[in-house]
Amino acid sequence: MLETRNVAGLILDDREEGIFRVHRSAFVDKEIFELERSRIFDCSWLFAGHISEFPKPGDFITRTVAGRPLILVNSDDGRIRALLNTCRHRGNLVCRDHKGSGAEVFRCFYHGWIYNTRGELKGIPGEDAYSDAFDRDALGLEPVPGMHNHRGCIFVSFDPDIESFEDFMGDALPVLNNTLDLGDMEFAEGHLKYSMRANWKLLVENSMDGYHAAFTHERFFEQFLPALGLSRPSPVPPPGSKEPAAAGSYGYRVVPLGNGHVTTHYPSPSRVSQSKAYMEKYAGEELKKYREVLTKRHGPEKAGMIENGSGNYLIFPNLIIIDGWRVFRTFYPSSSDYMEINGWACLPKEDTPEMRKHRLDWYLGFQGPGGFATPDDVEALEGCQMGFATHKEVEWSDISRGMKGITAGGPGELQMRVFWREWHSRLTTGRHAAEYND
Amino acid sequence: MAGVAVTRADVEDFLFAEADLLDEWKLNEWLALFDEERGGFYMPATDSPGSIHTQALFLIADDMTRLRSRVGQLLSGLTWSENPQSRTNHMISNVRITGMEGDALLVKANFVVYRMRFQNIDPYIGKYYYKLLPRDGTFKILERRVILDLESLRPHGKVSFIV
Repeated sequence: MLETRNVAGLILDDREEGIFRVHRSAFVDKEIFELERSRIFDCSWLFAGHISEFPKPGDFITRTVAGRPLILVNSDDGRIRALLNTCRHRGNLVCRDHKGSGAEVFRCFYHGWIYNTRGELKGIPGEDAYSDAFDRDALGLEPVPGMHNHRGCIFVSFDPDIESFEDFMGDALPVLNNTLDLGDMEFAEGHLKYSMRANWKLLVENSMDGYHAAFTHERFFEQFLPALGLSRPSPVPPPGSKEPAAAGSYGYRVVPLGNGHVTTHYPSPSRVSQSKAYMEKYAGEELKKYREVLTKRHGPEKAGMIENGSGNYLIFPNLIIIDGWRVFRTFYPSSSDYMEINGWACLPKEDTPEMRKHRLDWYLGFQGPGGFATPDDVEALEGCQMGFATHKEVEWSDISRGMKGITAGGPGELQMRVFWREWHSRLTTGRHAAEYND
Repeated sequence: MAGVAVTRADVEDFLFAEADLLDEWKLNEWLALFDEERGGFYMPATDSPGSIHTQALFLIADDMTRLRSRVGQLLSGLTWSENPQSRTNHMISNVRITGMEGDALLVKANFVVYRMRFQNIDPYIGKYYYKLLPRDGTFKILERRVILDLESLRPHGKVSFIV
């Protein structure tokens, strides 16, 4: 196993000089990957799914979270449960469907053991064969040690001693609430399941990276938006400009939210959402009606905050929410160079069919493995991973943009440093970082 | 073809020629196969093959404005996920004419599309559902619906080319 002192040297964080570097072995080393599993994924609150995926008693989904197969079930007593999907007898997956409804029991086909939707063991063929010491009541489907339902967002933790969900979330909770205040939220039908041949931390960086947009996504700005009659925003100010990216652009105002969570833009009524120009052009009337509802419900200032949303934000370690497109995205590594990604559109149930269509059209304009931008992110990150084969010769990646309070030259990289500072602290001390700012 | 019965061989000839255009990256010629006004290209998410693109999240839901832009983007060199371009091999079989809807012929076919890039071979497997308008001795595509049999895009990661 790696010594802590070796892990400590993976980050070079020189606040005085304004230099931040990450050692590229962090993206390839198998022992570091194992450390991440035990010190990050095994002891964080992890996003598992949304209640709208299994809304009624008897509804369930199965999903792998941090490598574990889970059953997320709406039990017959109306409670939501997250159960480990393994038979207590010999281990077989008890539930083998992606989703279902009207379930009364889960029956393991291997030896016929039967559990109810609360996970209690209710039937054992040939039970008379067991001695008095055999305790059927203790052999229910094991619940995940921690589960929290926050306004329909289901989080789980594999650490029984983890801090409370609220403590873990810190200042990220009001940002998540602002996202959820858009309406009675649901995951639209259609779950994007894809992958990258790349280290998971590259997608954390990329999901909050304003600097790459103008280059990696040139086709989105120069070809897709004009095809729809929309003008391109200016993600990066002209060379030599002393101003941060202007309002109305995709400019970033990064705010650390504690415990490694961070947003590229704290919700504010004056922020301009990426979706604004599109929605005003294509869904003008619908949007007006929706604004009236939001304003009536929350008042004009809060309604503006909700509509325009936050920027791209990270709930550490691996939940990315992108308000500009209403994206929920989570991803897990199965090795240091491969991750499985899940993407959803989180939208208000009260959308009219017309409004729903416009929101989905905007989403697909950029997002998803068939969208007009995401495939190029996949390409870039897989290219980085291929480049890391040189990590013994080219040891460091640079993440220094915007240190020392510099705002010129377009989007900075504080949001990534926040992630890396928490990552580093977790690996070296097992605790949250002491300071996230530069 | 008006007044003349359309045979499966006619449809197969059309689909094989289409596949060849895609493998040759002759995307403007491929685009010209679509009905200019009403054409559409759809690919539902892998978990909801029967869903409707206006109400469910798809992988691809292109009307002709988007499809023209997609082709322009793919040929511009700015689509980094296809620059350099993938090598592809579209294999089509089990072609059947399954019915009519208005003027359109309903066609179903199985496919395996192999994509080769950076030493990876990713097979895309599924069914094509076409709505074809017989016109001037050939067809115009009213709708091209690609239903993936894959459970997920793993390890494919993306659908950056035309499957």
